[in-house]
Amino acid sequence: MTTHLDTELDRLKNEIEEMGSLVRNQLGKSIDAFIGAKKELAKEVLFQERRVNAEELKIDRDCENIMVLFNPVAIDLRLVFAAFKINSHLERMGDHAKGIAAYASKLTKPYAAELLTPLQLREIVDHIDDMIASNLRAFKDADTSSAREIFRHDDRLDEWNKKAITVIGDYIRNHTDEVEGMLNLASVVRKMERIGDLNKNIAEEIIFYVEANVLKHEKEKI
Amino acid sequence: MYKVETRDVNLFYGNTHALKNVTMGILEYQVVAMIGPSGCGKSTYLRLFNRMNDMIDGVRIEGEVLLSGKDIYNGGTRVEEIRKKVGMVFQKPNPFPKTIFENVAYGLRINGISNKKFIEETVERSLKQAALWDEVKDELKKSALALSGGQQQRLCIARALAVEPSVILMDEPASALDPISSAKIEELIWELKKKYTIIIVTHNMQQAARVSDKTAFFYLGELIEFNDTKELFMNPKHERTQNYITGRFG
Repeated sequence: MTTHLDTELDRLKNEIEEMGSLVRNQLGKSIDAFIGAKKELAKEVLFQERRVNAEELKIDRDCENIMVLFNPVAIDLRLVFAAFKINSHLERMGDHAKGIAAYASKLTKPYAAELLTPLQLREIVDHIDDMIASNLRAFKDADTSSAREIFRHDDRLDEWNKKAITVIGDYIRNHTDEVEGMLNLASVVRKMERIGDLNKNIAEEIIFYVEANVLKHEKEKI
Repeated sequence: MYKVETRDVNLFYGNTHALKNVTMGILEYQVVAMIGPSGCGKSTYLRLFNRMNDMIDGVRIEGEVLLSGKDIYNGGTRVEEIRKKVGMVFQKPNPFPKTIFENVAYGLRINGISNKKFIEETVERSLKQAALWDEVKDELKKSALALSGGQQQRLCIARALAVEPSVILMDEPASALDPISSAKIEELIWELKKKYTIIIVTHNMQQAARVSDKTAFFYLGELIEFNDTKELFMNPKHERTQNYITGRFG
């Protein structure tokens, strides 16, 4: 039996998926703009940020409406709580994409290949994009085994982050006149690592929604 | 020790098996909500504790029903004694066609109490406990039937409290009331749980969630799940419970 509430919850899931697609798009473009010093592409990301914010507010409103009008309980309540938080995590990812685009918009030329090649920015962003896509599917299908995989993927990002900081540090030592640009690059690396953490938070919300297990601050339960 | 308890209780209305092996214990000063679809046995279960099912023709009860550890269905227990200890409030307010004062004093009088001062003090205390005193203290001689539905229901609660029971059974006590009166009954339940053990049958899931410490879900005469209310409404263990409370039953 499909209830009116089921219809609303399905709609909420679809909206989260759309929000996720928007954020993936923003993130991909922001990194492209950053790697290629493409100012126009960076501006496009900065402009589209308004859409991400608008979508976030819409999903917040829809969550509130479901709470008020349907008084959901049990798995339905957990789904709404999870959607509310996932929405917020996705919006934060959008903010990071905007931050990367802001750095890109100020670049006059691309970073040196000898720096970008070992940093593997493009590969890492593809990895992050896979994580977001996997999380979105896991949320839609209530699939906690896929959500748990995210924690493993995040470990790879943490390792990459450490290596990237070493690469940037080494480069600074040999190119002391480029410190400002290197600090911006380190900031972009940091933002990507944070996006990985946000993906982990989303995975925790999916597990809470499906299994009623709270994993926050409980790494050993993962 | 549980305040009220059932052990392997089966109840039959003729050939209908209305309660099936129900074992459940309720601690003193707990509020327990009974939920489930119509005909699931929750009201039948409630009426075990003041032996109201006894009045139904063809009823047969097996198992043990304990009040403060004592089986209330064994031969030595008088129904009148049980009903002094176990008060009941019904879905529809049922005040007697008497004054407000006499409604509350009724239980005392039929128990042979005639001390005027004691009766007056008990009526005042009971009406205060039922959060009705401030609204009726100047018109105690007015007919109870002139009160609003919500006031009548609180009067019935005061009447139940006057004989100092230790357990109060409530069968849909707020379902016939407007939201404000219903909220007053819920507030009252919160106050009363300091001194009484309360078992409430309700169809209103939000009400069950708000007022109770524990919730029992019945289906087709079986106790499917009995758990802390927060846990039952956040993470029910049984699929049937989840389907019922989320409105996907059947």
